[in-house]
Amino acid sequence: MRGRRPKGLASPFRPLVKEGVMRIRDPDRVFRFVCWGLAVGLVALVVGIGLTLLAGSLPSLKTFGLKFLWGRVWDPVNEEFGALPFVVGTLVTSVLALLITIPFALSSGIFLAEYAPPKIAGPLSSLVELLAGIPSVIYGLWALFYLVPLVRWFEMKVGAPPFGLGLPTASLVLAIMILPYAASITREVLRMVPHELKEAAYGLGATKWEVIRRVCLPYGLSGIVAGFLLSLGRALGETMAVTMVIGNRSEMPQSPWDLANTMASVIANEFTEASRDLHLSALIEIGLLLFLITLIVNTVARIIIVRLEVK
Amino acid sequence: MKGLFWRKLKDRLAFFLILILALLPALPLIHILYGILKQGLASLSWEFFVHLSRPPGEEGGGVGNAILGTVMLAVLASLMAVPVGVLCGVYLSEYARGKFGEVVRISADVLQGVPSIVLGIVAYLWVVKPMGHFSALSGAVALAIMMLPVIVRSTEEILKMIPETLREASLALGVNYWRTVLKVLIPTGLVGISTGILLSLARIMGETAPLLFTAFGNPFWNLNPLQPVEALPLTVFKYAISPYEEWIRQAWGASVVLTLMVLGLNLFSRFLAWRLGGHGR
Repeated sequence: MRGRRPKGLASPFRPLVKEGVMRIRDPDRVFRFVCWGLAVGLVALVVGIGLTLLAGSLPSLKTFGLKFLWGRVWDPVNEEFGALPFVVGTLVTSVLALLITIPFALSSGIFLAEYAPPKIAGPLSSLVELLAGIPSVIYGLWALFYLVPLVRWFEMKVGAPPFGLGLPTASLVLAIMILPYAASITREVLRMVPHELKEAAYGLGATKWEVIRRVCLPYGLSGIVAGFLLSLGRALGETMAVTMVIGNRSEMPQSPWDLANTMASVIANEFTEASRDLHLSALIEIGLLLFLITLIVNTVARIIIVRLEVK
Repeated sequence: MKGLFWRKLKDRLAFFLILILALLPALPLIHILYGILKQGLASLSWEFFVHLSRPPGEEGGGVGNAILGTVMLAVLASLMAVPVGVLCGVYLSEYARGKFGEVVRISADVLQGVPSIVLGIVAYLWVVKPMGHFSALSGAVALAIMMLPVIVRSTEEILKMIPETLREASLALGVNYWRTVLKVLIPTGLVGISTGILLSLARIMGETAPLLFTAFGNPFWNLNPLQPVEALPLTVFKYAISPYEEWIRQAWGASVVLTLMVLGLNLFSRFLAWRLGGHGR
């Protein structure tokens, strides 16, 4: 018996498969097997999510094929479904939000990492991170009652249709929501810049701004880019705040002031009301698209981070 | 000398620009807190915490069932996510060797990035559709999936920080490895692991999107996990987009309660982490 016992931690399956269930009495192996099984379960969960979405969207995939991606019409009554208006809505609001947020997040990150005295920087960063934890539905509530009137006032000033709701409001609220996250990543990245490098630059007579501009930012560039990509990933999947202020119009947006819908908001609005199978399946396919887009953005960010850690 | 003057001027200008750009975003964020407190605190009363909502047009009423529902969803989700997440973390820290460990880590990262509304769809297809109706259980499944990656990664990090000598001391006394894990490693890392669990709870308590078509909402008291249940974020959403003055007032009230719950959990976990590390980050 003893000779047949496998050595090392190779495969947790071996005790059960090779030596029969008797070995189950060895509690160490049972424990390892349970842990291993749950870890396999975690992997299976991720694969399962992808497959479930794929299976759920099969009817829509079969009916529309690739045309789903650039179909401009979303008409649940006549069962014609194209996702382009929502893809455009999601991309426009998220990218706009990121562009609005970048200068502010960069400045906040630089301020917290370089200028603020450590005694203030610590609590201030904690405060920023706490704000990142406020539920998105509350950002939506605030935007609905404070941001919408502001945007409407601005739209009247510039002569745009004064909806108040729509693409600009959604982009603004998204920008506010991802800012704490982007700022705290920027700060973390800048704090990783080696002191020797900075001191060397100071020793050469550089001013503080020159050190930031020529040493810190170039050194942390890839990390900061990865952080902004992760923020973009968050904005892409953000549902509630956007649903509350985007106006929920399922047509192709014609101007940047238009009412629109994002992929997440159309799912939130129509999923419980979808009585026909094809409608539900089309919504699931939008979910699958959203899953894939966020997966790609997050993966690119992770690859940059892994490279950074190797360096 | 002129060069130095310009460089110093540029340095000053850059500082002021950064200061202004860094402080500007504080305005909306502080205004959100101000808005919640100003609009919300007024509608808080004893009745608000213990009563059901009233039909539109009637004054008063509360969100008692939503508070209970949120707590129930959090408890159910924790029951599912905590044991699985902690043991996955144990696997990653104690047993994972080579490629498979990496695959598990990547899976956790992918799971972390999945939009919450997509998890709502998945919970709908997995639980609501087979059961035939909305339920608290399906909402808890979606929330548990959201909790998992945070718990897995934080447990792994904490267990890896425990010195190898502690494991060896326990093993040298003739204690089994599984007992070493359960009686030595997990108790040693308990504060850190709890911090991760609390952070993940704070993350899911304010989630609305995955509950829209799983827990669904319920205007009555409910403690049965197989029936639909109300939750605070759902109440905020429903009342906020309603046309009734009184309901909108209650949406602000509910958002105060929700914000305090989430921020409270966040602060408490930060306090634990601070106790653990001896200083705040």
